[in-house]
Amino acid sequence: MFDIALRMLFGDRAKYLMLVSGIAFATILMTQGFALFFGILSFSYSTISNIRSPIWVFDPLVQQVADNQPLRDTDIDRVRSVDGVAWAAPLYVGFAQARLIGDGGTSQQVQIVGIDANTLAGAPTKLVAGNIFDLQLAESVVVDANFVEQVKAMRGIELKVGDVFEMNDRRARIVGIAALSQGMAGATYIYTTWDRAKDYAPNQRKMLTHVLAAPLPGRSTEEVCRAITEATGLKAVTEGEFKKMSERFMVKFSPIPFVVGVMVVVGFVIGVAISGQTFYAFVFENTRYLGALKAMGTSNGMLAAMILLQALIVGLVGFGLGVGVMSAFFSAIPAGRVPLLLLWPVPVGVLGAVLFICMGAALLSVVRVARIEPAIVFRS
Amino acid sequence: MIADSPLPSVAVQLRGVEKSFRNGDQVTPVLKQVNFTALAGEMLLLVGPSGCGKTTLLSVLCGTLNADAGEITTLGHALHTLSPAKVTRFRAGHVGFIFQQFNLLPTLTVAENVAVPLRIQGVSRGKALARAKEMLACVGIPEKINERPSRLSGGQQQRVAIARSLVHNPALIVCDEPTSALDSAMGHQVMELLKGTASDGKRTVIVVTHDPRIYRYGDRMAEMEDGRITRVLSSPAAIAAAHPIT
Repeated sequence: MFDIALRMLFGDRAKYLMLVSGIAFATILMTQGFALFFGILSFSYSTISNIRSPIWVFDPLVQQVADNQPLRDTDIDRVRSVDGVAWAAPLYVGFAQARLIGDGGTSQQVQIVGIDANTLAGAPTKLVAGNIFDLQLAESVVVDANFVEQVKAMRGIELKVGDVFEMNDRRARIVGIAALSQGMAGATYIYTTWDRAKDYAPNQRKMLTHVLAAPLPGRSTEEVCRAITEATGLKAVTEGEFKKMSERFMVKFSPIPFVVGVMVVVGFVIGVAISGQTFYAFVFENTRYLGALKAMGTSNGMLAAMILLQALIVGLVGFGLGVGVMSAFFSAIPAGRVPLLLLWPVPVGVLGAVLFICMGAALLSVVRVARIEPAIVFRS
Repeated sequence: MIADSPLPSVAVQLRGVEKSFRNGDQVTPVLKQVNFTALAGEMLLLVGPSGCGKTTLLSVLCGTLNADAGEITTLGHALHTLSPAKVTRFRAGHVGFIFQQFNLLPTLTVAENVAVPLRIQGVSRGKALARAKEMLACVGIPEKINERPSRLSGGQQQRVAIARSLVHNPALIVCDEPTSALDSAMGHQVMELLKGTASDGKRTVIVVTHDPRIYRYGDRMAEMEDGRITRVLSSPAAIAAAHPIT
């Protein structure tokens, strides 16, 4: 009887395509909603994603990555001296104005990242042009590819390796262009050494915002974090925990996740409505034939199994189509530029939701079919 | 799996059957203390004006509708005492259905439609289709096995429905207005076929109709009015006398 159930499903191609399209649309709606939500959240910790360090050390008052409480320069050595720490390096993260030469002096805000000149700990890992080791040369900076694109779009200037601009009246020569994740509000990154960042950034008494560190081989990162916190009184967390802190801060204090969250919920509800209603309508249209099968002696259990099989197939095919479209879309957009993040739990969760919806609609249909008097088929 | 048990001489017996339908607070009695008998091997016509309870009586005697009261014994099974699951199994094994609107599954081929009652009983697809093809040859449309029902005429669709009702060799066939959707010539062809299925004496055919053109095919006729059997005409001659063809 299961082959009959599948023939009922596939036999009317127009209805089947409508059914699968409805589920695929619901999948797209839910997937993009969740991907947008996580994408927006990921922008909140793009600095952490770009710098990459196993351990981040900062002032205990810091709530998230953009919250900079200056540390003393001696804190670097205090962290280095903790048992289990393999290395520790200084980091400065702050804002500066980049003034383009030959553009009438127009300037643009950038996020400046100062890393240790010796170890280059926290340097970008993916350069699209130039050499990261040239960062050790005088006046050198590595710019974000997004910065290059923004300058080209807004000023008509195509920056390349070797070009020079100014920050805080100091020359900055581009020695590399890095592929980086974009920050909130379109913020772009400029990497230089920690010493040089002191020149480029607006003058402050203390210029150490974070200490990057790593555990010795064989030592757990969490355990070393606890040791640093106990020994220095500073807060030391893993990269993942720092991202979560930044996410939590954004969810708690920024209206953006709430607004996007509402969109996600609305998308989910619309998805539920479309897929549930579409499948229920399909079963409703087949009531007469299901009634005929029932009259001819098909048990309620078999009819339920047939409907559940149809729901499972429709759910899987519709989901596959929808998630395929979304995957193609995500792979077509440049990584890190658009706040869409397709983490693996998203398609898994959406698959669960789609199957839950289809099975729910199928169960409602099963109840309806179970209540059908087989004598209904005698009514014209 | 195919019904092959010897028939009692009385195929269907109803005693004091009552059935009402409820619509809100309003209760409408449809069958009122109905006593009814159908004999093995006969074609019995159930006639009467619209709304008199013919289809409800047909539904009750074949087990697609529960009666409110009374005894229903069909092919030796006391349906009023059986659980719903047993009644469902009874229908699958012993009853063939012919509906006014044919109710052929539009997405299946003709042969697959005919095979459905066997598939319900768990017969393999291959065996069921082979038997279905035999039945389609018996009803005169062997060339249509791979067609979809929508490509057939009304008469051909009803032939498919007849083949479907016979494929599992049931002892009782119930037909609801089998000719109402057909023209006169096609109606007669369909009735000839149905008459042939009853003529071997092993099968009972009960036909609900108010189409006087087909009265001559009945062995007996039960007339209904207002939820009751008002008269039983016990022979073709009696039917012809009571309902002369004009």
